[in-house]
Amino acid sequence: MLFNLSIKNLSLAIVLLPLLGAIIAGFWGKQLGRTWTHRITILLVGLSFFVSALVCKALFYDHMDGYYGTIYTWAISGGFHFDVGFMIDHLTALMMITVTFISFLVHIYSIGYMEDDKGYQRFFSYISLFTFMMLMLVTANNFMQLYFGWEGVGLVSYLLIGFWFHRESANVGSLKAFIVNRIGDMGFILGIAAILTYFGSMDYLTVFKAAPHLANATMTILPGVHWNVMTLTCLLLFVGAMGKSAQIPLHVWLPESMEGPTPISALIHAATMVTAGVFMVARMSPMFELSQTALSTIIVIGGAGALFTGLLGLVQDDIKRVVAYSTLSQLGYMMVGMGASAFSAGIFHLMTHASFKALLFLAAGSVIVCMHHDQDMRNMGNLKKYMPITYIAFLIGALSLSAIPPFAGFYSKDAIIDAAHLSIIPGAHFAYFCVLLGTFVTGLYSFRAFFMTFHTNERMTEYTRQSLKESPWVIWLPLVILAIPSVLLGCMLAGPMLYSQTGLLGNSVYVAPQYNVLQTMSLDWHGALAMFEHSIYSPAFWFGASGVVTAWLCYVVYPAIPGFFKRHFAWAYFILLNKYGFDAFNERVFAQGSVGLGRWLFYTADAKFIDDFFVNGSGRSAAWFSKVLGRSQSGYLYHYALAMILGLLVLLIVFLLI
Amino acid sequence: MTHFMPPQFTAALPEIFVLLMIVVIMMADLFFGEKRRLIAYGLTQLTLVVAFALTFQQLSLGTLTTFNGLYIVDPLAIIGKLFILALSVFVFVYSRDYIPTHHMPRGEFHLLGLFSILGMMVLVSSASFLSLYLGLELLSLPLYAMVALKRDAAISSEAAMKYFVMGALASGMLLYGISMLYGAADSLSFVTVAQVIHQTSDAHRLILIFGLIFVIAGTLFKLGAAPFHMWVPDVYEGAPTAITLFITTAPKIAGLIMLLRLLVDAMPGLVLQWQPILIAIAVLSITLGNFIAITQSNIKRMFAYSSIAHMGYLLLGVIAATPLGYSASLFYIFSYAIMAAGAFGLLTLLSHAGCEVENISDLQGLNTRNPWLALMMLIILFSMAGIPPTLGFFAKLGVLEALVKVHFVALAVYAIVLALVGAYYYLRVVKVMYFDEPHDATPIASTMDRNVAISINGLAIVALGIFPNALIMLCRSVF
Repeated sequence: MLFNLSIKNLSLAIVLLPLLGAIIAGFWGKQLGRTWTHRITILLVGLSFFVSALVCKALFYDHMDGYYGTIYTWAISGGFHFDVGFMIDHLTALMMITVTFISFLVHIYSIGYMEDDKGYQRFFSYISLFTFMMLMLVTANNFMQLYFGWEGVGLVSYLLIGFWFHRESANVGSLKAFIVNRIGDMGFILGIAAILTYFGSMDYLTVFKAAPHLANATMTILPGVHWNVMTLTCLLLFVGAMGKSAQIPLHVWLPESMEGPTPISALIHAATMVTAGVFMVARMSPMFELSQTALSTIIVIGGAGALFTGLLGLVQDDIKRVVAYSTLSQLGYMMVGMGASAFSAGIFHLMTHASFKALLFLAAGSVIVCMHHDQDMRNMGNLKKYMPITYIAFLIGALSLSAIPPFAGFYSKDAIIDAAHLSIIPGAHFAYFCVLLGTFVTGLYSFRAFFMTFHTNERMTEYTRQSLKESPWVIWLPLVILAIPSVLLGCMLAGPMLYSQTGLLGNSVYVAPQYNVLQTMSLDWHGALAMFEHSIYSPAFWFGASGVVTAWLCYVVYPAIPGFFKRHFAWAYFILLNKYGFDAFNERVFAQGSVGLGRWLFYTADAKFIDDFFVNGSGRSAAWFSKVLGRSQSGYLYHYALAMILGLLVLLIVFLLI
Repeated sequence: MTHFMPPQFTAALPEIFVLLMIVVIMMADLFFGEKRRLIAYGLTQLTLVVAFALTFQQLSLGTLTTFNGLYIVDPLAIIGKLFILALSVFVFVYSRDYIPTHHMPRGEFHLLGLFSILGMMVLVSSASFLSLYLGLELLSLPLYAMVALKRDAAISSEAAMKYFVMGALASGMLLYGISMLYGAADSLSFVTVAQVIHQTSDAHRLILIFGLIFVIAGTLFKLGAAPFHMWVPDVYEGAPTAITLFITTAPKIAGLIMLLRLLVDAMPGLVLQWQPILIAIAVLSITLGNFIAITQSNIKRMFAYSSIAHMGYLLLGVIAATPLGYSASLFYIFSYAIMAAGAFGLLTLLSHAGCEVENISDLQGLNTRNPWLALMMLIILFSMAGIPPTLGFFAKLGVLEALVKVHFVALAVYAIVLALVGAYYYLRVVKVMYFDEPHDATPIASTMDRNVAISINGLAIVALGIFPNALIMLCRSVF
């Protein structure tokens, strides 16, 4: 056989093909021209997706073993090995296929969306590079590689948010994303450092095996205060996840990231990169399960994010921002799943969300292209007449997002809500309340956007109206393809993923017996169809559906209602419009504080103290000393002789008499 | 002195040859000097080369004492002489055109130079205070005359006068010290003095220490270490550049070997006494030299103070009082002599190439006027500052290593800190050469042989800095 089709080699191909594409498009894009650039990158990412599918088939249908091992040793320092290696198991396989699938479709979609852009080749290079980095992240078998991928996706995200770097707002947005992620990454790297200190290894399995022995170990950083090693490590790692997965209070960068091109919002800021934090928590489940404090923190922060960022979506008029806030809210749901130890449910929601959110974003992008890059929903209305395919696609995405059965989102979200309900972790009640109410809010804002865009009266200018038409096939084809999993993924995978004996994730995640809520839930499981039939008894359905109906009433039947609320609850509207003051607070305290500190350090500490006092001061005193000493050289012979004789005398006196 | 033994003249063959040639050159210059202008120069170079070869073949002799215990041939003497002769070749190449263009008598310059070199050779081969003093005076007297060689220049005459008076004072001190030692030991031979010191109990050493201090003072005057350094800046500045070049290279090597002969050969028993004296002098030299050099605007004065600092570093190896330390000092003086030959050689070259260099500002924009010479100067200055991978770095490294090995860590740290101060004024010259605009942008031409010489000199600093092992091993083989 020419190629040994082992899991290891297949995985190498999956990871390296997009990198090859990125290199070709990046270095030779100009020479290749637009057409060949997208042909090559799409072909390579498509191949990568195909091979991912092969790996999934091998793992899930042929029940082959995964792969765990080192590919390449980068450095050995002392006793520490820094390796590049793969951990290919069920969780990784699911992530790989999700990433390559969405990436493949976004590549195709970008042909249409980026059609007139000058940076066409650069764009394709970036998204292929992103795919590579994300795959490195999910396939890692050690913390160093995880960190490499983690920083890599952060970098590409920064580059892509600022893709239109001639725009002020894009630069600000990319900087904001980068800086906020630095805060998260600092926690993350401290967590990794703690792991290296206490486990002496970066290797996943070594760490996971040793973790139970360290469950009760403590460390002392401040004198007299003992901290549980596992709790502190997990919390530090979670700080990293908060940055990457935009959890409160590090969520502020995600809405700004919408300054990037819409395919990016779909790929990076909805479907894949932002879920890296969720993935990481699931991957580290053997550690997180040992710390109730960490799980409790996750479930509370996740729950708060699920409800409160969702509310913000209600007052946005920019179609992309609505979807962005909805992403924040859904990330909160996933984190609640993690905190409730329902890792499978969280990852399941991650996958369904990747489909329907990418669908929503790409549909929004289709609308934006059609509207000549006007994103304000107040200028839209009744677009269903002009773009039927986008209309249907958006509708499917919104229904799935609003947890309406039998769409995919219903199954995953319902599982998370149930898990939060059953969880015994402190804070689970709060989270349950949040996710339940959040479902109503989700339905409300999704369909508010849906109705404002596709129904109601036409508010666009006459000039725009004349050119309204359905997007080209490269744009609508990915929508159609994404619509399929958005509908079917839920009922197809809910059984095997959540409730079967071994679970689709198999032993990729570890759930402590006392937290195993999914097992409890599986007792009531009678198949996807039964769940659909019984959905009228499910609170998730009722909350979601009432959200949809409320939206219909408020924005289609009685458009006066929102105005009434805006007038009479101005304070609430004000709070929402100002995003609870997070941005203002950051601006006042952190931004201006940093600038103030910087000024003080520069003008006082550096310029006056270090530069003037120490640096120039020592120079000045050396020059002064030099002049004083130089005066001894008077030029008179008798002074010279005197110096010589005095020197001799001093030596005589010191060494003879004393 | 029990019975007379006929001396082994072969041991002194290089000196005898040099002396003979001096007579020949004197006659040749007298009769042919007007017509054949290069006759003195050519014969001098020939003398040096042959003397080098004669000294080189003495390497097989091993250690030999003759002339009734006055004269010694040992590795230290031979290697010292080899370096003195080799560097003198470069010195005469650099100053070949400088002497006539600055209206100095050509024949006298070469003759006096050769006399001085003969004195150095006697000095490094001395095995007794008598031959040591003879060598020292033979070395010094021509130098006084050479400084005054440009008779119409007041500054030169003043410098020569100062040098002479101070030198006489130093000679007096040295002689006085020697008389004390002679009084105590009843012998002028180093070996005997060393034995007597060894047998004398601590209580009876007062007269020896008294002599020691005077001898050290006289010797350090030659090296130009503080506080016996006052002549150095005035002489360096006042003397014509070619003479400064001569003074700052070979005589320094002879001076160090003289110090080693005195302290290591004659007075090793007084190590506990001379060690603290040298520490005080080294610290004073490093401090004074480096600090005063900062504010100098005259480049020759700057190099003068820098040489005072270098003498301080040089003493650090002697202070260690171990074979490693002595060899490090020897390495240091060889390195310094090569660097100083390059630095003053370059100034000499520039001076007769139509660019009179007195002040640092005269070097402005040298890079645009002659990039190769600027590069050579850059290498020399980096080496003097002790920046790797140049020779100067390993010179400093060697003495500091020797010092740290015998636990004088504080002294080593002080020396390093002061080396940073030193780096300032060397780098300032680099900055002037490369980043300042020249007053006069005409290119500087240079002739072939001098270009080759300065290139060998500059590149040797880098080459020996990258492959310092051979020279280090050579210096270590001496002790």
